[in-house]
Amino acid sequence: MTADNTLNRFAGVPWEPGAAKSDPVLVVDGVRRAFGGLVAVDVDHLEVQRGAITALIGPNGAGKTTFFNLLTNFDTPDAGTRRFEGQELSRVPAHRVASLGMVRTFQLTKSLSKMSVIDNMLLGATHQRGESLRRSLLPFTWRGQEAANTARADELLERFKLSHMRNEYAGTLSGGQRKLLEMARALMVEPTMVMLDEPMAGVNPALKQSLLDHVKGLRDLGMTVLFVEHDMDMVQEISDWVVVMAEGRIIAEGPPSSIGENQAVVDAYLGAHHDAPLDLGEDR
Amino acid sequence: MDWGAILENTIRGLIGEQFIYFALAAIGLNIHFGFTGLLNFGQAVFMAAGAYGLSMAVATLGLNFWLGLVLGIIVFPLILALIMGVPTLRLRSDYLAIVTIAASEMFRIIARSPSLDRWTGSSDGLTGFANTFYELSPFDRSQRYFFGIFIGNQMWVVLVGWVAVVLVSVGVWAVLRSPWGRVLRAIREDEDAARSLGKNAYWFKMQALILGGVIGALGGMLRAIGTQSAQPQNFITDVTFFAWVALILGGVAKVGGPILGAAILYGILSFTDILLRQMVEAGIISTSVMDGTQVGQVRFMLIGLGLVLLAAFRPQGILGSKEEMALDDR
Ligand SMILES: Nc1ncnc2c1ncn2[C@@H]1O[C@H](COP(=O)(O)OP(=O)(O)OP(=O)(O)O)[C@@H](O)[C@H]1O
Ligand SMILES: [Mg+2]
Repeated sequence: MTADNTLNRFAGVPWEPGAAKSDPVLVVDGVRRAFGGLVAVDVDHLEVQRGAITALIGPNGAGKTTFFNLLTNFDTPDAGTRRFEGQELSRVPAHRVASLGMVRTFQLTKSLSKMSVIDNMLLGATHQRGESLRRSLLPFTWRGQEAANTARADELLERFKLSHMRNEYAGTLSGGQRKLLEMARALMVEPTMVMLDEPMAGVNPALKQSLLDHVKGLRDLGMTVLFVEHDMDMVQEISDWVVVMAEGRIIAEGPPSSIGENQAVVDAYLGAHHDAPLDLGEDR
Repeated sequence: MDWGAILENTIRGLIGEQFIYFALAAIGLNIHFGFTGLLNFGQAVFMAAGAYGLSMAVATLGLNFWLGLVLGIIVFPLILALIMGVPTLRLRSDYLAIVTIAASEMFRIIARSPSLDRWTGSSDGLTGFANTFYELSPFDRSQRYFFGIFIGNQMWVVLVGWVAVVLVSVGVWAVLRSPWGRVLRAIREDEDAARSLGKNAYWFKMQALILGGVIGALGGMLRAIGTQSAQPQNFITDVTFFAWVALILGGVAKVGGPILGAAILYGILSFTDILLRQMVEAGIISTSVMDGTQVGQVRFMLIGLGLVLLAAFRPQGILGSKEEMALDDR
């Protein structure tokens, strides 16, 4: 279902690490992060194409989550620059990154257990007038906006098959449902770029399919998606471009079909066969 | 045994001045801890800020009572919250706990120091700053009111105190059910989640620290007005812990929790105090077991026992939600 225009975006982009894109929304240069002696991330150059779905894959411990943290300022790099929509992020606090339009989810879900599902969703809405202490006492200044946000939240809950849990504590959701809630909540921010850390882990296959369609829909609306995933089928199906990390470095880039044949990737995953789908959840 | 006196004292504990001071302090703590997850172990210093803000303004500097009110309720606690919050609110929650407990002891020790006698009245404290307040009293100071439980001036403090408790509680209820309150609850559970959704957690925590501090300062100021003195020993760490006991007893993160908790705490303290005293006097409790001077300690032992039982059988407090508590384990 990959639309021709998204394929075209990658026309002429070389299949090599650090390849330049025609219209990058995020540009990373020389980003490094070490934990003691262990260099978790060491990325020389990466560009993420606007309006495309990019998959970030790699064996366990490759540094994908750490890289996400560095991109969203949940962690500070030892060196390097990250530019989102041309803006250098070094001096931008994490919450401001989100309001710039780049929203991330967490590998270990952070659903807010003691808040209802709908409150979790409403939290995602930006520019809420009622979030000012002064105006919080004057409900008439924010009721209208709250109602509009609630309507939008209910639509998303419907699409993510969570409507029936709307008024339950988020802590009562199952693991897979929490993943869904976190993704839906991120969309409440109305981001221009979403970064999903293993969004489909633990989600049942039938729902997975409908969510994949939903993610493709986001791209068709012009949103940029960067996601980490171990499920190679999903990567093959929805991504326009794949970036492979191993031991903190980017070792390969290319369209999904090219990745399985890439020798560096096969080596990184140790022992995977060309013709068998790479089971990325079980390296070693 | 004088049952009339026992009843009178118990009611006084349940709804009287002590109740009011500690209910307000605990409502402030509820905003800090119950709704935002901030660990404030120095609520006494916010109370002291309210007491000394007013008394120093009027008694030391000779300013107008109303200006003192503004200094005590707004300016002093605001400065205090900034001093304690700016360095700690970006860090893990234990740092605030350490700083608040230190600040509250430092304030008390500094206020007590003889070299500051001219400013703070050192250990004797300050007096004579509440005249304007009592001049406004509609009650006759030589009369008794409310079934004879409160004399005129006390009645005035209790009335103003109750109005304050009700207004503050309604205000707290309103702000907490707004989107602002929703962000606080999110921060309490997971600051990173709130931040990932674009909320400036640091700023919200600062606002919560200030708001809870202001309410605590109001409690402290009423205490100074009620006793007509601001003294360092009125703001020892025990004061902070009484406020915590009231909060935990009533139920954390419930708007009514601190009110109920403070009423029960002071109700029990007053009831056991007079009951034990009378039982010793009447010889029902033999002096070989306990004499009148030990009543004070024994009633705190009883409160301690009650807290242990509460922790064992109803850890969420009287109004707290068992459902929410259970979610911690998942
Ligand atoms: N806070 C930390 N302190 C020390 N080491 C860390 C820390 N965070 C990550 N690491 C190390 O950095 C490396 C990369 O971890 P990261 O979580 O980024 O991997 P990942 O690619 O997301 O793996 P997975 O696919 O299993 O989620 C690992 O070796 C990990 O042990
Ligand atoms: Mg990871």
